[in-house]
Amino acid sequence: MIKHFLNLEWKSFFRSAAFQTNIILKIFMALGALYFIGIFSMAGVGAYFGLEKAGLEPLQTVNRFLIYYLVVDLLIKYFLQKMPVVNIKPLLIIPFKKSKIVDFALGKTMVSFFNCIHAFFFIPFSVVLLIKGYDPLHVITWHIGILAMIYINNFINVFLNDALALVVGFATVIAAFGALQYYEVFDVTPYIGAYFQGLYDYVWLFIIPVVVVVIFYKVAHSFFLRRLYLDAGLATKAQMASTENLDWLDRFGKTASFLKNDIKLIKRNKRSRTTLIMSVVFLFYGLLFFSGGIESYDNPFMKIFAGIFVSGGFMFSFGQFVPSWDSSYYPLMMTQNIKYQEYLKSKWMLVVIATAISTVLGAFYLYFGWEAYAAILVGGIFNMGVNGHVVLLGGAYIKTPIDLTSNKKAFGDSSSFNVKTLLITVPKLLLPIALYALGHFTLGPVLGYALVALAGLAGFAFRDFMFKKIESVYKAEKYKTIAAYKQKN
Amino acid sequence: MIHIHDLSKTYNGVTVLKIEELNIPKGEAFGLVGNNGAGKTTLFSALLDLIRPTTGYIQNGEVKVNESEAWKSHTASFIDESFLIGYLTAEEYFYFIGELRGQNKADVDALLAGFADFFNDEILGKRKYLRDLSKGNQKKVGIVATLIGNPDVIILDEPFANLDPTTQFRLKGIIKKLAQDTDITVLVSSHDLIHVTEVCERIVVLEKGSVVRDIRTSEATLKELETYFSKEDTVAENV
Repeated sequence: MIKHFLNLEWKSFFRSAAFQTNIILKIFMALGALYFIGIFSMAGVGAYFGLEKAGLEPLQTVNRFLIYYLVVDLLIKYFLQKMPVVNIKPLLIIPFKKSKIVDFALGKTMVSFFNCIHAFFFIPFSVVLLIKGYDPLHVITWHIGILAMIYINNFINVFLNDALALVVGFATVIAAFGALQYYEVFDVTPYIGAYFQGLYDYVWLFIIPVVVVVIFYKVAHSFFLRRLYLDAGLATKAQMASTENLDWLDRFGKTASFLKNDIKLIKRNKRSRTTLIMSVVFLFYGLLFFSGGIESYDNPFMKIFAGIFVSGGFMFSFGQFVPSWDSSYYPLMMTQNIKYQEYLKSKWMLVVIATAISTVLGAFYLYFGWEAYAAILVGGIFNMGVNGHVVLLGGAYIKTPIDLTSNKKAFGDSSSFNVKTLLITVPKLLLPIALYALGHFTLGPVLGYALVALAGLAGFAFRDFMFKKIESVYKAEKYKTIAAYKQKN
Repeated sequence: MIHIHDLSKTYNGVTVLKIEELNIPKGEAFGLVGNNGAGKTTLFSALLDLIRPTTGYIQNGEVKVNESEAWKSHTASFIDESFLIGYLTAEEYFYFIGELRGQNKADVDALLAGFADFFNDEILGKRKYLRDLSKGNQKKVGIVATLIGNPDVIILDEPFANLDPTTQFRLKGIIKKLAQDTDITVLVSSHDLIHVTEVCERIVVLEKGSVVRDIRTSEATLKELETYFSKEDTVAENV
């Protein structure tokens, strides 16, 4: 029986539309996986020596911070990993034991990338511990205990599936603890760390998380077994429709109809809501650069880089995938009484409005001095004037349909990644940095900022010309785009 | 109204559509029948400039569809669920289409009022997004949306499929009414020979992409079509 399941998995992986696209994509996917594996392994080995060098006891320090590691892991799992519900439906009426189907579905979540990746951190770390003369038995029980904790996360995620409020609440509490620790008000880690340290100190303690995992598995198993019906666990939830009045947008004329639609699109679909969250995350991304926390980020060029990202979070997460957001009803858009230019203009407007809002919200970077905010301000102007157009242009070549209801792949949709989009991403980041460098090395930072801002303003001036060009590209790509959107994964 | 000239579509060396000449005059109710793979949807897609013909062209009104977009203002169509926007409610969808076709909310409401029976109280005011409606109800929404803004050409691909019997009868009534209007050209494809002979003045049979019958509907048409399609079966068996 298991042979059949594995066979199906194998085929679904290698025959998926995303995988079959092209060889370059496969290479990038492999490189991506290797990159993560490499990073984690190096972190595993490096953590020991780094901490030792810093004069800290490596194992104890790792244990203290493990709680944050696990929380981040849970969040990543929540946002990226999904229960393979869809694949279950066709199996229901075939003579498979239902219990086997559940076993398989749960088993599939257990061997997923999100669990395996941790092995690349903890195994090297444990090996280093052994080499450094830690007690082998204790290291092994600690290792098993941590592994069990990762799997506890896995099953928590299985249960949570749609409880976003709970996840956000939990994350907020932990973030609050993190802030308290950072500002040295109250440090919670010694208390929680004691438990993880206990996994090493007491050989028997690992039994607790292992038992919890087994219990979780059993509970998850019976939970899904009971709900293995089309109208229960396998049902796709029908949302209560909300109606909203967006008439105030009518002042934008013809483009208003599209703007209203796009706002509804963002609000009512899981996948697009994620982009909003991403924009907020990007808003804080600049902290890494301006707080001087990371040495290699602490130079003027990286600040322009940060400025582009802080103000352009929405542009990169949403704008990048125009027109794929409309992929499920693209034929409608192409046959309605719509001028291409109006359609594109509405998307552009949306990106510009969101960028403007991000730029204003970014004002809190004034705390790090006027130069920090200047970088964000000119970055914002550049994003609105130049990148707004470049993103639309790139969109013409991204022909991956977006499944609006699914949340998977929201971060870096690999299949939408091809050479053309890569080439188009380069000017978005390198051009402003180059412009800034030009000013920085001749008359100083002020000229640098001015040049970036001027480029942005020039972009506005050439708007109509740019739109004509973009429109012709969209028209040329139209048939290919329609055909590509027809292909569902 | 619609003029097809030397149209063909080839995929990887296989010709799926080949029509030398086909004219559909203004006001005609035009029916398209044919087995799976005969090229019905391909023809409609080419008509809507959703696929590019390998050779030839289609004129809708005065313009070639792949050269100008002017045909869009007088043409409405419903091919499949990719003509619906899943995250909108039915009302929002109708208003959106209305806005694109220069109709305000009051105009759209007035039109919708005439379809209360057709909707059978399952569409309007239900606080449901289109993606959560049943296939049949989605189809009703798509069909009615094509009537917004008084289009001159209406294209419906398989409008009867997925509908319950009562709705099929009502839809026949709607299409017949459109057919009587001498300003509106209706193009309908269907697998249901009875329905299509009832509502269309002219029926074209496609087979492997070519026109094999072009019939003015009369008393004898249904019989003729039935013989044609059943004979094809026996031919296939013999081969």
